[in-house]
This record gives sequence, C-alpha cells and structure tokens, in this order.
Amino acid sequence: MKKAPERLTSLLDECKTLAFDLNFNYAKQWKAKSKYRLLVGYLPIYVPREIIHAANGLAVGLMGVGDRKQIIKGDAYYQSYICHLPRGIIEMALDNNLDNFDGFLFPSICDCVRNLSGMFKLAKKGKFSRYFDYPQNFEKHIGGTFYRELNETIINDMFKINDMKITTQHLNASIALYNHNRDLIETIYNIRQEFPWRLSAVDIYHIIRAGMVINVEKHNEMLEEVVNLISEDFGEPMDNIRVVISGSFCEQPPIGMIKSIEMAGCYIVDDDFMLGSRWIQGRIDDTTNDPLNEIVEAFLTKSAPSSAVYDVPHPKSARLVQQVRDRGADGVIFCAASFCDPALLDRPDLQKACDDAGIAHINFQFHENTGQFKVIKEQAGTFSDSIKLWV
Amino acid sequence: MSNPKEAIKEKSMVIQKEMLANLFTELSNAKANGKKVVYTFVPGNLTELILAMDMLPVYPEINALQSGMRKKSGGYIKDAEKLGFSEDVCTYVKCDIGMMLNGNIGPTGEKLPEPDLLLLSYTGCFTFLKWFENLERLYPGVEIAMLHTPYQEDGKITEDQISYMVKQLKEDVIPKMEKVAGKKLDYDRLGKMLDNAAKAEDLWVKVLETAKNRPSPIDSYFAGVYYMGPLNTAFRGTEEAVHYYEELYKEVTDRMKLGLCPVTPEGEMKEEKFRLVVEGPPNWTNFREFWKIFYDMGAVIVASTYTKVGGLYDQGFRHEPGKPLESLAKYCMGCYTNLNLPQRVDLIEHYIKEYKADGFLINSIKSCNSFSAGQLLMMREVEQRCGIPVGFIESDLVDPRYFSYANIKNRLESYFQMLGQRKVIIAQEEAAV
Repeated sequence: MKKAPERLTSLLDECKTLAFDLNFNYAKQWKAKSKYRLLVGYLPIYVPREIIHAANGLAVGLMGVGDRKQIIKGDAYYQSYICHLPRGIIEMALDNNLDNFDGFLFPSICDCVRNLSGMFKLAKKGKFSRYFDYPQNFEKHIGGTFYRELNETIINDMFKINDMKITTQHLNASIALYNHNRDLIETIYNIRQEFPWRLSAVDIYHIIRAGMVINVEKHNEMLEEVVNLISEDFGEPMDNIRVVISGSFCEQPPIGMIKSIEMAGCYIVDDDFMLGSRWIQGRIDDTTNDPLNEIVEAFLTKSAPSSAVYDVPHPKSARLVQQVRDRGADGVIFCAASFCDPALLDRPDLQKACDDAGIAHINFQFHENTGQFKVIKEQAGTFSDSIKLWV
Repeated sequence: MSNPKEAIKEKSMVIQKEMLANLFTELSNAKANGKKVVYTFVPGNLTELILAMDMLPVYPEINALQSGMRKKSGGYIKDAEKLGFSEDVCTYVKCDIGMMLNGNIGPTGEKLPEPDLLLLSYTGCFTFLKWFENLERLYPGVEIAMLHTPYQEDGKITEDQISYMVKQLKEDVIPKMEKVAGKKLDYDRLGKMLDNAAKAEDLWVKVLETAKNRPSPIDSYFAGVYYMGPLNTAFRGTEEAVHYYEELYKEVTDRMKLGLCPVTPEGEMKEEKFRLVVEGPPNWTNFREFWKIFYDMGAVIVASTYTKVGGLYDQGFRHEPGKPLESLAKYCMGCYTNLNLPQRVDLIEHYIKEYKADGFLINSIKSCNSFSAGQLLMMREVEQRCGIPVGFIESDLVDPRYFSYANIKNRLESYFQMLGQRKVIIAQEEAAV
C-alpha cells in the first residue's frame, strides 16, 4: 500500500492547528500588518465574505469552541435547554479571545443566534454587531432589494472604521477568489467521493475549517496543494459504506464524533459541516459592473439547502435525496445538535423523504463538547453492517 | 397541589367566551358555508386582511395553549414525538401536529376545518417558519403565503424594512389571499377595520395603564392573557372587539374607583402586597395553580412583556386606516419578540419604573428560544439598572413534563420572602430619614 505523501501530513497538521486556534492568532497577526485592515467575526452559517474581503477585511468564522475550551461563564448566560454553541461564543467574548475584532455578524439561523446579536450589543462587543437577516422572499425586486440594502449597511459599517471604499474592481477580484475557493473545495469532495480513503472526513473538516480563520488567498494555496496531493494514488480502500451527514450545519460536531462514524465503517462522502464555505452552489459572475448585484443574485438562486432558509419553493428533502444519489451514498446519518430547533424540526420530513426514496438512515443528536462516542460508534457500526449485509 | 374550583369570571370574560364559542361554531361550519380558512400566527397577525376578505382565521398557537389548559397537550406532544419530532423542540409545534394527528378537534370539541391558506406571518420567532414548512407538508397542495418580517436588529424600524414588507404584501401575500378568497381586497373595508382596530387599541392601553394605580385593579399577566385575546386574535378590526374593550375598560375603572384588587379565579384579591413585572409567556398546562401561587402571596403583575407579543400599543403604535399596508408592516415589526435585546431591556426598565414595581420575574420557557435565549443577561441588566430583586423560574408552554409545581412554588416563596424583607428594610430606612 502506498503511503500518504509527507507533505499532506504536515499540511493537515497546519490546518488542524489553525482550525482550532480559539485565539485567532493568524487573523490578529494579519490585521496587525496594516491599520486599514479589519476583522469581522461571523457566526455560522453564511455571510458573503466577498464584501468583507473587498473592504480590506478578514471574515473570521466563529464556529464554536467544541471541546477545546471549558465553559464557565457561558453557562451562566444560557439555560440548560439552549444549544451549546452560543455559550462558547460568549465565553470567548468575555475571555477576550475576540479582542481586536472590529465587528460581528450574526446570520439569521435561529432565535438563539438572533438573540446572541443583542447580547453582543448589550455587552458592547466590537464597533458594530449586526443580525444578518437574510431575506426569506426570493423575488429579485423584493427580497433581492432588501438583501442588497442589508449588504450595503455592512459595507457602510466597515467603511466607517477603515475609510476604505469598495470598488467594482475590488469586489470582482474578491468574488473571483471565493469562486476559486469553492471550486477547490468541490474538487476535493469530488475526489473523495471516488477515493474516500485518501483523505479522511476529519482531515477535510480541518482543511475547510482552517479556511474560516485565514485569508482566502492563503487558503486557496493550501487547497490547491491538497488537490494536487490527493490526486495521486495512495492508501487502500476499506469495506465501508458511504454516507451523507445531514443536520450539523451550525453547531459543529466534535471531531471525535466524525472520527467515530468513520471508524465504525462509514465513509462520509458529503456533509453540511461549515456549510457557509459551500453555501453558494456554483460560480458568481466576477466580470460585471455591478458585482454586488451578482452576490445578491447568487444568494437568491444558488443557495445551498439549509434549515435556515424558507424552503417551500425548493424543498430540501428533494435536494437531500438528489445529493445522496449524486454522491453514490448508501445512506444518510441525521446528526443534529441537541436543542437545535431548525435542524430537528426538519428531520421528520427529511426522514420521510429518505423512506419514500428507499434510502437507509439513522439519527442521533450531539453537542459540540460531547465526550462519549461509544453509543454513536455502535449505532453507526450497526448501520454500516446492516447496509453491507442486507442492502 | 390544590384542586381549584370552578373559576369566578368577570363579565368581560363571559363576553369573550361567547365571542370565542361563536367563532369556533363558525369554523366548524366553515366548509359547509363555503368560508375559506386561514391558519396564521398571533404575533404579526394580519387579521384585518383576513376578515376583510371574509375568511376565517385559525391560530395554531391558541389551539396549542387551549390544549395545554385542557390537559390534552401531553398526549398530543407524545404523538408528534412518535412521528420523529425531537423532545428538544418547540412544544407548541408538537402539540399542534399531535392535535392534527388526533382529528384536529378544537377547544370546543368541534373539528377544526383544514386550512385553505397557510399565512406564515414570520414575526419574531424563527420556529414559525419551521412550523409552517411542516404544516405545508401535512396539508399537501394547500396555498401558502410567506410574509418575512425583518427583525429590529438595530433597535428601530427602517424605511427599507417597511418597503420590503409592503412589497411582499402587495405583490405576494395579498394576491395569494385574493386567489384563495375568490375576491379582491376592498381597501375601504380594510380601512374601516383598521379604524376599529385603533379604537380597540386605545381602550386596551387604557386598561393596561390602570395597573399604575395602587392597588392595581388588574393582573396584567394572568388576567392579561385573557384581556388581550380579542385584540390579538380573530376579532381585531371588528365592532365586537371595540365593544368588548369598552366593557372591559368600564369594568376595570369601576374596580379602580372602588380601590379593589384584581379578580382571580377564586374571587377578589384582598390585598396587594407585591407589584411585579414579568417577562416570558406563562405555563399553560398548570395555569391556575401557577397563578394561585402569586395571588395567595398577594403578588400582582402590573406589567408583562408577554401581553405585548401581539403588539406594543402602549408604546404608541396604532393601526392607521390612511396607510393600511405601511401600518400593517409597522405593526408586525413592532411586536415584542421582534425587538432586539437592548430594546427589550429598555422596555422592562420602563415598566418597572412606570408601574412602580417591587420586583422583576422571568418565567423562562424551555420551548421558546425567541423569549428565553438571552434572558439571564437581561435579568442582570435589569437588576443593575433598577436595583430591585429579580427572580428566575423555568417551565414550559404546553409540555406538562416540564412544569414542576414544587420547585416553582419553593423558588417563588423564597423570592416573595426576599421582597417582603426588602420592604421592611426600606420602611426602616425611610423612618430613619
């Protein structure tokens, strides 16, 4: 069996370190190089990072603390029946991990994240903090106009801080960089679909999560290298089933859980972890005189299926079934954070769609600092065995 | 736990009961009479639009809370959980879906008609969106209209937001309503209804403000949830609602002139010992036992945030016949749960000062993140700003598994002891001065 290239191992180590640096040292060092640079923290799932990039800013994903930080103060801010993610975010804010951040964006995911935006306002964190209220109307002249105004508000917030005006040229260049970023990520997923043993789900998780805290130029370099390295043949396939994971779009699963699922005999060939980096499906036109319009159009017409967006016009159940077919997956693992109303309220319909389509599925819940995976591993293992034996 | 006797009802409550009974009878006959039925939500409801097109509204939250009060919600919730809904999610949704699975029998024992239109007025609660996505699948083929109400994230309503909402109303929501109703919206009729709405809103504010008196003639939370009913549901914009609030205001001012305390299910409170402001919805499964803990201790709720989920009329908003759609847009955006956290803290501070409250209490609801997420920080802010004792209890809307009578009673008794002790200290300090 040909071993994985050494460079890949070192690159993955670098990504792992970046992904879980809860002090965001890379981003802070990046900002320190110029007084015109900005750091804008954003909660899952999606913000158009292109506008932040074009304003000489770095969009930094605040994806939670996982099991890497003990929550002490955060638990005093949230009742036991509220999900785990916002506790870690507040803990970081109170522990000064987020010092030097200029602003914060709280995408419209759920009421917890919405109210967290108000908590940041009350705690006076950042020079601006905004609830990023996606339109739930997808007509260009209705929801599109509203969304454009929302983006312009953020652009104005940033302009007030660094006095940098976004030009058409700047924004088109930023769009091109993020187009390339999404293309590369998609390429990695495509290679993994065929050769999932070359890169584990944990590895790709680290690679993408690293991209949330560094500048897109550097991330693209890393992704290009990964694509080159995993295009070579190495490793050996195992007798695993292929699964899609659905439901973990906001609060992130612990690494141990992803590892447990794979060790139990499941190749994860697609997922909705860190969905924001893959939100826009396809390319945004980077050649027009009105690039902001292109960003708006992309949101309205190319958004990934998500529990955060009104889906009656395009039911996500049909899109999940299609995703399973496209990826050649054997089944779906519904894996949502505890107390996550959006994901958990979607689950019965998604399960029904899978039943109707003859797709096997199991489900369990987690929180970002779950420490025990034995039950999950057994459940995933049984799922894998049952598919191998009976399907 | 006590076993409450038949509740003593004020005249206004009897009137309201009749209004509701008539509505549910009308609903049970809707299909036979060719009336179209619209399911919609209380916060940011568009009742005047529905009624102006001769359709009948059904409010799933009201059905859920009624099921809670009638001790049926526990079974409904379990049935929804069997269908795959997690224990963790909103119990209003599960109760509603469970009720539907069990034949959709309404509070009067009559079957509720299936919807002709799902009007998703998505105001102040993200779960509303998920709720109606589920209903849309459970009633396949039914027309659905979505009205996205932007959040007051910056603590104000902007022109952009109003314009967004008016465009949605004009180009999407109203055309879908007209299609279902089979008729065009009559703007004159709508204007008349908005005029009636404003009259009822004036009276409602007068009722709420009687609680500034000592003793307060009303309980603005436990009784308030009854008082707000006609305005927040199927009657806003009608002559009936105006009549109801005229009667209610008369009744309350009569009580005020006589220096009487609020009426409770067991009769009139004898003494007002503590004046409280309460944040959060009440528990519905044990509503009377919950209320009794308060009136037994002489505690009156002089202002509450829950009674503002259907609109912040006491802060000046009125429906305007001259600007119907703009005014509906502002109404939706102005509901309490659509305010950001700093606005909510400011409002509570205002209530505590304006209504001269002795304490501030949060009933934190497991099911309702829109209310609950952030309440612990709000509590600290209020305590800091107002310097009054704050209390915190936890329960749920309609899941009986999350109402622990003994725990809540213990905690409240300790809280009232603290309030009592504080009154003694304040009196001693004042005497010393």
